[in-house]
Amino acid sequence: MTAPQTAAAIQGWYTLDDRPQLIGSRCLTCGTYFFPRQGFFCRNPECPGETFAEVKLSRTGKVWSYTNACYQPPPPYVAAVPFVPFAIAAVELAAERMIVLGQVSEGVDVADLHVGMDMELVLEPLYRDGGQEKLIWKWKPVRGGQ
Amino acid sequence: MSREVAVLGVGMHPWGKWGRNFVEYGVHAARAALADAGIAWKDVQFISGAATMRCGYPGYVAGATFAQALGWQGAQVNTSYAACASGSQALAAARAQILSGGCDVALVVGADTTPKGFLAPAAGYRPEDPDWVRFHVGITNPTYFALYARRRMDLYGATVDDFTAVKLKNAAHGAENPNARYRKRFTAEEVNTSAMVADPLRLLHVCATSDGGAAIVLSSLDYARRRGGQAAPRIAAISTVTPRFASTEVEMPDIATDSAAVAAGHSFRASLAARAYEEAGIGPADLSLAEVYDLAASMELDWYEYIGLCKSGEAEGLLRSGATSLGGRIPVNASGGLACFGEAVPAQALAQVCELVWQLRGQAGARQVQDARVGITANQGLFGHGSAVLVKR
Repeated sequence: MTAPQTAAAIQGWYTLDDRPQLIGSRCLTCGTYFFPRQGFFCRNPECPGETFAEVKLSRTGKVWSYTNACYQPPPPYVAAVPFVPFAIAAVELAAERMIVLGQVSEGVDVADLHVGMDMELVLEPLYRDGGQEKLIWKWKPVRGGQ
Repeated sequence: MSREVAVLGVGMHPWGKWGRNFVEYGVHAARAALADAGIAWKDVQFISGAATMRCGYPGYVAGATFAQALGWQGAQVNTSYAACASGSQALAAARAQILSGGCDVALVVGADTTPKGFLAPAAGYRPEDPDWVRFHVGITNPTYFALYARRRMDLYGATVDDFTAVKLKNAAHGAENPNARYRKRFTAEEVNTSAMVADPLRLLHVCATSDGGAAIVLSSLDYARRRGGQAAPRIAAISTVTPRFASTEVEMPDIATDSAAVAAGHSFRASLAARAYEEAGIGPADLSLAEVYDLAASMELDWYEYIGLCKSGEAEGLLRSGATSLGGRIPVNASGGLACFGEAVPAQALAQVCELVWQLRGQAGARQVQDARVGITANQGLFGHGSAVLVKR
């Protein structure tokens, strides 16, 4: 039996379908969202909640800010040889009122980004482990978006 | 009852990349502070160390490590770890011991030996650790600095030239500081052509990691009075508050902010100074100078607003007016700041206080702020840690 060709780089943090979503949780008592998932006690100090529903977060949002990584990050980042710089975006999700960081889709440069830009979540390879591509969430400008 | 304590002595080991044991820097700084105070080590009743996570077990128990190196003499001991605010928490522990009557004289010490390059997390597959997650995804500390910088450019019209101007200002200040690691007066061209690290920030906009040590001798006001001599500067407030939920700014090492879907949003960094002002009954208008955490040059501008020197969006104007340069209305980072020191994590918050003390005593030489009366420090690090200390004379 051969291993599947792709797998999540961080297991259980996002769906692996064509329209991927981050997997968070929502407090059943106060309604606060959490990413990554919170499963024991609600972190809202006003809330005694201890029960949560797993929720898929909005897969689109607007750029809060952006930058890039020109130097190779240290492990546990697994860098390609030679290292290829990549852009990074902090994207604000409207319903969750939360900002989520992530790499920007391959080939998109900081010059292509601006604050307020519409972005959507995609899955792309983070690194290759043997024959298997390890997938991570990335932010990608929405075609025809603002 | 007064909540103030006196600063009897301060001392540092010069910052650099010396590559020696952190204990050496800590003891050097401690002896300098004790000599400055005119206090014998055997008369210190409480020793408070700021821990380092990069130097093995002796670093985790820094208070005892320094006590042993200075010579066991039976003092009560404490060690504090709070990332970049470790020094302030160690200082707060000493102050609490003095104010509760547990001791008259305390020594606070922080020192570090840093590796080259990025500060990296422990190994393994550990997705429950946000520090592991962000590095795995490729997000380093400069990523966060750059996100804040780009945000200022977009919201407030900041330019790369503003960030460079902060660096040049601090380089000019630090050139006069014998404890600073970098004492070169850089040119704008050198800064603007240094390697890009995290757009828009270049290598010379981002602070290095350094070796260094700083120490402070604290006492009760009664003890200081009994010793006579010149009135010692006093610690008027120490703020080490946590963030408030929902903390809506992107903060190291998190991959996401709190959700403000239900709870109101709060700014962590603004709350640090606010708490210190509240405790001391002092306001931003009373300040003579400030030492703030310029992990990147652009972040000094954020701090102008967080410590109340100006309103949101006005920091660039304040910088351009010259108010925050030596000779201006409210000099910021007269020491040269992290731009000239680089960061020696457990020593850095103490180094900020040392600078205020020298300034308030009028002993800062060519970088002296005229008639300095009140100063504030502000810093912030990983995992919801930060601090602000008010010192007055």
